[in-house]
Amino acid sequence: MTDAAIDIRAGAFKPGTSDAEIEAAAAKAALHRRRTVMFWRVSILVAFLVLWEVAARMTWIDPFFYAMPSAIAQRLYEWTTEGTSEGPLWYHLYVTMEESVIGFVTGSVAGIIIGVALGRNRMAADIFSIYIKVINSIPRVVLAPIFIMILGLGLASKVALAFVMVFFVVFHNAFQGVREADRAMIANARILGASNWQLTRSVIVPSAMSWIFASLHVSFGFAIIGAIVGEFVGSRYGIGLLINIAKGSFDAAGMYAAIVIVMVVALGAEYLMTMVEDRLAKWRPQPLHETQ
Amino acid sequence: MIQEKTTPAIELINVSRRFLSPTGKSLTALRDFTMTVERGEFVAVVGPTGCGKSTTLNLVTGLASPSAGEVRVMGAPVKGIDPRIGFVFQSDALFPWRTVIENVMAGPLFRGKAKPEATAAAKDWLARVGLSRFEHHYPHQLSGGMRKRVALAQTFINGPEILLMDEPFSALDVQTRVLMHEELLRLWSQTKASVVFVTHDLEEAIALADKVYVLTAGPATVKSVYSIDLPRPRVVADIRYEQSFIDYSRTIWADLKEEVETSYARAAA
Ligand SMILES: Nc1ncnc2c1ncn2[C@@H]1O[C@H](COP(=O)(O)OP(=O)(O)OP(=O)(O)O)[C@@H](O)[C@H]1O
Ligand SMILES: [Mg+2]
Repeated sequence: MTDAAIDIRAGAFKPGTSDAEIEAAAAKAALHRRRTVMFWRVSILVAFLVLWEVAARMTWIDPFFYAMPSAIAQRLYEWTTEGTSEGPLWYHLYVTMEESVIGFVTGSVAGIIIGVALGRNRMAADIFSIYIKVINSIPRVVLAPIFIMILGLGLASKVALAFVMVFFVVFHNAFQGVREADRAMIANARILGASNWQLTRSVIVPSAMSWIFASLHVSFGFAIIGAIVGEFVGSRYGIGLLINIAKGSFDAAGMYAAIVIVMVVALGAEYLMTMVEDRLAKWRPQPLHETQ
Repeated sequence: MIQEKTTPAIELINVSRRFLSPTGKSLTALRDFTMTVERGEFVAVVGPTGCGKSTTLNLVTGLASPSAGEVRVMGAPVKGIDPRIGFVFQSDALFPWRTVIENVMAGPLFRGKAKPEATAAAKDWLARVGLSRFEHHYPHQLSGGMRKRVALAQTFINGPEILLMDEPFSALDVQTRVLMHEELLRLWSQTKASVVFVTHDLEEAIALADKVYVLTAGPATVKSVYSIDLPRPRVVADIRYEQSFIDYSRTIWADLKEEVETSYARAAA
């Protein structure tokens, strides 16, 4: 990541080169580097798709199981224009997103609140930590049938599954973040006059924020997993249902098409999250290569 | 100068402080520690590393309480954190997610002042430490010396009557440190707070203080106290070349050296 910075090394320029020239050269080097990265990214993707397509067409791999990119694209096109056998694609996507987003938001809010509360209270942490460990040791997916049995085939069971997927990750990071808060900083705030609540709100939570964000990054993906697994086990709508139906009719292209949709959504969410984080974390030092 | 009636700013009377190690063993950091800081007095404390200097300051803030003995501030026993106390830390204790002005405003806001009032006071203090142009910078965008000045403004804005400083300038280079000394003496002469200044640097202690306390290797007790009768206002950059300064240095160092050697030998053993 620091290649662009290394380019401005001593001796690379003749004595008397102006700052403007050095900056121009650095800008050019940075642009060149970005283009090279982009070129290789695209090339590798294209190579992968072409290889897959050719391998399937030449039957080096069985297209019945592995489908091929053109068939997947075809299926995506059909789904978007004509809808799936179970109704419009957009509705399925909407249902899955609704479940994931509700599960994500409730799960992370609960994780942050309980994580911070237990992080601030030694006694409570000691008492409850054992229960949290026990519950955390349950593989989340086995809860899917239970939730569906209790909460039915609709929204609630998927939200519940997405919630438990998200909650523990966020809880754990919030708790850890609170525990890692700098002691000198806490002492400073207390001497400056902060009450307990002010301390939590304006010192502990902000300093745990980078830990919390690290967990939020992965946990939207977890929320989607929760929603899809829930749909897979039992539902009337959603991307998980599409995968299930494609599986039942040996429609490999359909399965991969659903996977592509999930991938795009998850990447979009990740991008959004990075944007929000950059907004909130403008106080943090930039990585070196951006300031040089 | 000191009236009979006014009680000292800080009194530590036969204070001991023990810590329990994780294995359950007890470690004595302070033993029979007695010290008095008069109002408006500038006291410097020197002693070998790990002897218990930071522990002493923590007892005065109320962040920690003594295992035995009594700590009094302004004549009353310490109960909890005293709002008349300000503390400048050795490490960077600024809030990195707040801008410079927000850091300086923190104290007044915590103490329930209205925002416009706090902003005005913060601007005033930033001007006094010469950082008006950096109001909206974040701490990581400042140099170490500038961050220390923010920390001073952050502490002084609360108008502390007692100022505790735990090796505040030890991370700075020599030139910046001298500038900070001048700055500190200027601010102190305006406020006339009572100061306890912990340091490893004997010259720093002599240049700044009215009294220098030398502590023994841990558990810390007061080994000796020296009154520094150098005239004020002092010019820290020049004072070190004066004969009387050199004499003080030599005497106190001879005293301190023994303790440093004891502590060093103990750590190596
Ligand atoms: N919270 C604690 N728990 C256990 N032991 C402690 C604790 N705080 C300090 N000590 C011990 O008490 C002794 C004195 O520590 P203190 O931090 O006061 O030393 P110091 O004089 O400030 O040292 P330095 O000059 O290196 O800052 C040390 O031996 C240290 O190990
Ligand atoms: Mg210390």
